[in-house]
Amino acid sequence: MLDLTLLVIASAIGTYVWRGLGVLLSGRIRVNSELFNWVACVAYAMVAGLISRILLIPSGMLVQTLLIERLGACVLALIAYYVSRRNLLVGVGVGVAAIMVMSVIRGR
Amino acid sequence: MGMRDALGAPAAVLAAGMLGFGALAFESGLNLVLAVACTAGIWALPGQIVLIEMHAAGAPGPLTVLAVMLTGVRFLPMSISLMPVIRDPKKPRAPMYAAAQLLAMTSWAWTMRRCMDMPREARLSYFIGFAGTCWAICLPATLMGYYLAGSFPPLMRLGFLFLNPVYFVVLLIGEARTRLAASALVCGAIAGPLLYLVNPQWSVVSGGLVGGTAAYLIQRQLGRRDA
Repeated sequence: MLDLTLLVIASAIGTYVWRGLGVLLSGRIRVNSELFNWVACVAYAMVAGLISRILLIPSGMLVQTLLIERLGACVLALIAYYVSRRNLLVGVGVGVAAIMVMSVIRGR
Repeated sequence: MGMRDALGAPAAVLAAGMLGFGALAFESGLNLVLAVACTAGIWALPGQIVLIEMHAAGAPGPLTVLAVMLTGVRFLPMSISLMPVIRDPKKPRAPMYAAAQLLAMTSWAWTMRRCMDMPREARLSYFIGFAGTCWAICLPATLMGYYLAGSFPPLMRLGFLFLNPVYFVVLLIGEARTRLAASALVCGAIAGPLLYLVNPQWSVVSGGLVGGTAAYLIQRQLGRRDA
């Protein structure tokens, strides 16, 4: 548990580094450089990769659901999001409700 | 005024994400204090999820911190572009370092949009009001998610665990504004699971590097051809 505590503290400091560095550098360097573009790509890809891994190869309780249910719920969530004129809460709500309803139907 | 703006959809959406994070932390065996400390200290949902997932996968500590840091790189350009907007040049820079901890994607986007037609003196307090409210609401939200995950029937827990993945699917796909961001999403979504099959512990970092670099190079090639 001590290891985990250290991990949380180090992660918090590591994340703050970027916020603090921004204060230090503001007004001194350009934001739209090629390096930033690449870094932004890596950050996006990392989060996208993690989320798609959780959906395709889940761990924990999500193992009990079928792949088609998880993907179907995401599609429904996106449809709800666009239909509600980009309301994130509606989209997420529909997605969560969908996975629950589908697993109830399958369970019967 | 910042507070009033936050207390609507922005705080509700963030709180929902943190509710999901609390549930994930519970399922992964984190204790409550650490779960709330993650929200307060890291204050970035992707980084928090990466921390939990990599810890669960048994990844080495330094690699986990590196991955969390990589997900937080986005704060650098955000912080650099936000500071000239909210900082009063006549006042010292030092307090800005404290304010920077509150910076997150939502508060950045709102402050950048709303502060442009505000007098300079009002901007910092707007940002602190907005970002501070979001932060303060997410702490009890994490705690609630943690408790609800433990006491709710399995079906509800399943819903809570699904909250974060679906939240990011909608957020990432719905808010991908540039072609560069969109191609990074596609490349990352393909590279992540594939590299997970190769090595679960390294997959978050390697998937990001491979997928992100591929997306960057593809877009550069396309850009050249257009020009």
